[in-house]
Amino acid sequence: MIHGGGSARTFRAFNTVLLLGVLVATLYPLWHVLMVSFSDPLAVMGGQVSLLPVGFELASYESIVSEPRFWTGYASTLRYTVSGVLVSVMMTTACAYALSKRRLKGRTILMVLIIVTMFFNGGLIPRYLLVRGLGLFDTLWAIVLPIAIVPFNMILMRVFFEQLPESLEDSAKIDGANDIQILMRVYAPLSKPIVATIALFYAVDYWNLWFPALIYLNDPNLHPVTLFLRNIVEGAELKLKSGRVDLDSLDVYRYQDVIPRTLKSATIILVVVPILLVYPFVQRYFVKGIMLGSLKGGAL
Amino acid sequence: MIQTTEQDRRRGPALTRQGSGIRALGAAVSRDRLLYLLLVLPVAFFVIFHYVPMYGLSLAFRQWVPGGPMFGGRWRGLHYFESFLTDPTFWRAFRNTILLSALNLVVGFPIPIVFALLLEEVRSLRFKRAVQTVSYLPRFVSLVVVIGLTKEFLSPNNGPVAALFTYLGWEPVHFLAEPGWFRPIYIGTEIWQWTGWQAIIYIAALANVNVELYESAALDGAGRFKQALHVSLPQMMPAIVIILVLRIGHILAVGFEKVLLLDNPLVRESSEIIQTYVFRMGILGGHFSFSTAVGFFDAVVGLLMVITANWFARRFSETSLW
Repeated sequence: MIHGGGSARTFRAFNTVLLLGVLVATLYPLWHVLMVSFSDPLAVMGGQVSLLPVGFELASYESIVSEPRFWTGYASTLRYTVSGVLVSVMMTTACAYALSKRRLKGRTILMVLIIVTMFFNGGLIPRYLLVRGLGLFDTLWAIVLPIAIVPFNMILMRVFFEQLPESLEDSAKIDGANDIQILMRVYAPLSKPIVATIALFYAVDYWNLWFPALIYLNDPNLHPVTLFLRNIVEGAELKLKSGRVDLDSLDVYRYQDVIPRTLKSATIILVVVPILLVYPFVQRYFVKGIMLGSLKGGAL
Repeated sequence: MIQTTEQDRRRGPALTRQGSGIRALGAAVSRDRLLYLLLVLPVAFFVIFHYVPMYGLSLAFRQWVPGGPMFGGRWRGLHYFESFLTDPTFWRAFRNTILLSALNLVVGFPIPIVFALLLEEVRSLRFKRAVQTVSYLPRFVSLVVVIGLTKEFLSPNNGPVAALFTYLGWEPVHFLAEPGWFRPIYIGTEIWQWTGWQAIIYIAALANVNVELYESAALDGAGRFKQALHVSLPQMMPAIVIILVLRIGHILAVGFEKVLLLDNPLVRESSEIIQTYVFRMGILGGHFSFSTAVGFFDAVVGLLMVITANWFARRFSETSLW
């Protein structure tokens, strides 16, 4: 900012090139897969596709969209994402708002008990047995309930509520509003950036999850599209055109490259596209939200 | 914590007259009853989905029987601990976990810091914002997609890397089938996915630096590198310490889902970590008590790591988690 001179200019040029490299390295993998997905499978097999598609065609997309499993997967993912975001945003807001009130008795102990869960938990097996014991297997709730509140998101939101002036609440109190009315009418309209941020985090979590679905959902019709993609990537789900290969008895690794790379790439694109489409519109919210959280509250 | 004790001191005299203390508490609770109502479901959530599984760790000391109690019946003492501690497969998983995590920390931890420092040097705001916005993007991409991209890139059937190797006349390498390549692939994808995101906290710390500090450093003859070293870095120090403590504390919690996605029998000698071992023995194998004992060990060592890391942070710097 202050220093001029030749070495500074060299450094700036070097820095720009380096950061451009970072930019390219971040985007290129996605770009490459997009190009492969539009290319002729034979050209892809020959290693000819790098920056642009070779022999533009949509055949890969056609085979994916004619696969019923893909659509049931997409529908399930949408269902989990929408219900999950609704449940999580409501629960997180309720929790964060109540805990943001310094006058609340027991606030500190509750915060401590919540923070403890970030460092110590029962782990995979007790959680698995619990979800099974509660009879949640093969239901939407197995996906949504175990991660209904992410402590980090709750703390981010609590910090946001805490920095709003207390006078807001006082004047509403004088008008005779109760706590829930104050939250809905006074705080909610002011909290759009943080609600957008939190909703985005949850939406991404639900959209992207696959492991809970793998262990909690036995019925393949309930599997989210990420599991469909995983099977495609691992080459296990060969129902597509080339005939069916049994999923269970398959030595996944040996068959890894039986599915054309064009088809895998098209599936990858179809799974990330919603995220890529939403991202530019919401990213400004979450940057604001998380900056605030990280400045005021640290990681905790 | 300090706040609480001060409040308690102020509340002191009221507490000596117990009756009115309870009455005051009752009044406070009834005044805030709607706030407590808001907390009912969240508290139920934390109890059921966090504290019940913690209690469920007692399964590590009990025998699990199909159709029996959720977290086991007959007490077996340390039986399951003895069995996994004498199992060489467990120790292989333990070693792999530490190795993968430590390498990932050593390689991955400084990168977001350097990235934030370099970004801070950019003069064009538009370029800075563009790089930053793009750098967050991978964090929002599903792991399944990240691994899909990785496998496409490293595909032995003329994937981009294989094509490059052929072009250069090098021997083809089947990266995903080589145990030696497992850790580099894991760490590389980790850097791709998390650098921009992890840099946010450092960028925020840098945004708060007083410009005058740079000016006076420049007056003292400090070049850019020295300014970064003596002004920027100290400003980032609290954030660096906190993140380091958190990461050391989570050293056993390697990205288990990613390992599972990258895993195949050919690389298992380096890819098997504690959590994949728990998954295989417990959920796939049905040895619930045994794998809970492993999980218990994992959780306790993890907790000890956080506490130790925090103790060091407290001892040797001004910041710590608590």
